[in-house]
Amino acid sequence: MSAAASSMDLSKQSNTVYSEEFIRRVHQFNWQDRLFAFVTFSFALLVMIGLGGILLSLIIESAPVFKQYGLGFLAGTKWSPADDVFGAVIAVYGTLVTSGIALLIALPLSFGIAVYLTESCPLILRRPLGTAIELLAGVPSIVYGFWGLFVLAPLIQEYVQPGIILLNIPMFAGPPLGIGVFTAGVVLALMVVPFIASVMRDVFETVPQVLKESAYGLGCTTWEVVRSIVLPYTQTGVVGAVMLGLGRALGETMAVTFVIGNANRLSGNLFAPGNSIASTLANEFAEADPALHIPALFALGLILFVISFLVLALAKYMTSRSSFKPR
Amino acid sequence: MRFNKLSILAGAVMALSSLAAQAAEITGAGATFPAPMYAKWAEAYKAATGNQLNYQAIGSGGGQKQIIAKTVDFGATDDPLGARLAEEKLLQFPAIIGGVVAVVNVPGITPGQLTMNGKVLGDIFRGAITTWNDAKIAAINPGVTLPATPITLVYRSDSSGTTATFTDYLGFTNDKFATEIGIGKTVNWKSGVGGKGNAGVAANVSKIAGSIGYVEYAYAKQNKLAHAAMINRDGKRVQPDDTAFAAATEKANWESKPGFGISLNDQPGAITWPITTASFILMHLTADKPARSAEALKFFDWAYKNGKQLATDLDYVPIPEAVVTKVQASWKNIKDAQGNPVWK
Repeated sequence: MSAAASSMDLSKQSNTVYSEEFIRRVHQFNWQDRLFAFVTFSFALLVMIGLGGILLSLIIESAPVFKQYGLGFLAGTKWSPADDVFGAVIAVYGTLVTSGIALLIALPLSFGIAVYLTESCPLILRRPLGTAIELLAGVPSIVYGFWGLFVLAPLIQEYVQPGIILLNIPMFAGPPLGIGVFTAGVVLALMVVPFIASVMRDVFETVPQVLKESAYGLGCTTWEVVRSIVLPYTQTGVVGAVMLGLGRALGETMAVTFVIGNANRLSGNLFAPGNSIASTLANEFAEADPALHIPALFALGLILFVISFLVLALAKYMTSRSSFKPR
Repeated sequence: MRFNKLSILAGAVMALSSLAAQAAEITGAGATFPAPMYAKWAEAYKAATGNQLNYQAIGSGGGQKQIIAKTVDFGATDDPLGARLAEEKLLQFPAIIGGVVAVVNVPGITPGQLTMNGKVLGDIFRGAITTWNDAKIAAINPGVTLPATPITLVYRSDSSGTTATFTDYLGFTNDKFATEIGIGKTVNWKSGVGGKGNAGVAANVSKIAGSIGYVEYAYAKQNKLAHAAMINRDGKRVQPDDTAFAAATEKANWESKPGFGISLNDQPGAITWPITTASFILMHLTADKPARSAEALKFFDWAYKNGKQLATDLDYVPIPEAVVTKVQASWKNIKDAQGNPVWK
């Protein structure tokens, strides 16, 4: 394409008549180009078909449960395979709350890491630190699950929860189990930090050196540079990084299943065991009854799909509105 | 060069596949409870006969589904089928016996030190006893000092035959448990933490101080968890082991239920462990692939005869000889399309 275009430009400039050979070659390029476009288009189409197919099968498979409960399924607070009664609230609540806790912890942490790596870190440490964080992103989630259950949960049970319970805050009540919604949120936070931090670092590095140097030259502190130059310049990327982390937290299965407690009970207490959409699916799919239980699990999958879609849509909307406004 | 490599590879693949065709291959799927046993048997069976068993531990419910869908040669379930046996035209027989134990994580309590009975265990698991120093626990544990820590229940988060056995026992010995919690592979626990599989429950109990859960005995032993001794039907305090599980089978009337699907819970006898269960095999009465069904039956025939020591090593109990004779008589009911029995 580019070769053809540039030679055409050349020929226009020199104002010559096109030779047969030249036209033949342009046509040849055209033909190759169209084939190339078609092949790549079919690849792209494959993704669309896959996405549509998944969505469609989720809708078809979950139909019986919506026939039974209507939209009341979304508001049902009881999930009991034993009584054949299914409602989505417990799992949706667990998914949203664990992901919320994860973001609450991971966001400031990742932001700090990214700022340190791009602004204050000695050059010699940048690469090893950055690589270490990327390695953390590569740790399989089941390892986080094991580690959460065998190392983190006992530590939280012994040293963190008793102290917080004494403070008598309504959302943090005893007994300290170590396992529960709160612990799941903490494990998720550690899992999403490397994702958010490494993407944030990459976008912070795109800020033109001249902008930052001018600000430093005016006497700004590092914090002022980050707040007034780096953040406004990279808004889009930062939102993207957060959404990427949120996306991972929402769908995380194994690590959450290990530490969330797998209890189908609704509780405002963050130290109580709960269940998320992904962990409910992991626990119950293999042995589910085809009549209503499996459709109910498919419906949970559909809800997770919709939540993830909304998160992405929101991210796109927010990033499309943002523009560089230095403060 | 490249072509040569490819043709060598293709040749190797063909050679391998022809080898595989000579040795019979049996496929089964289902319960996780006997899976370690089947894996051990399969290994020894392959060494002895060259025939391969592929067993997928996908859970009892999954085993029932797979055999009904005819994707496997046999299904395995801890939870025996009753009327559905006739509906689905299936044959059911017991393959192995094992015991379920309550395991606790109470500081200072060693394995076998704590004593439980069905009544107290039922009260704990229905949430009526909430602390370890409760008078009802103390009454059957003279001389054991128990702390005032709250009790955390640990149960199976997946649908499980172990849960079915355990709740069947608790419901049988504690009426309030039967009405409030119920009996089955999944029940509505009022409080506590779920773990996936026997291993998940064992892990949660070992990590949560003050917890109590239930697992197949081998898992308690492997994870060095403190199991509770039980007071059995005869009022005797017993510890779990293969002789105590075997004692549960002695007075059992295997033929009282279709497909030998009896409960071995709360059986009489001085040394009988009260929470015992058999794990069952499901096969179609009309064999679509008679040769494969025969191979599967050959495997279980071999396991009944030669797998006893392996079973005892893993703390399972082999099926008693008298029952094996009756089981093998029932195998004659598996027939091919022409009505000839596949087992001779």
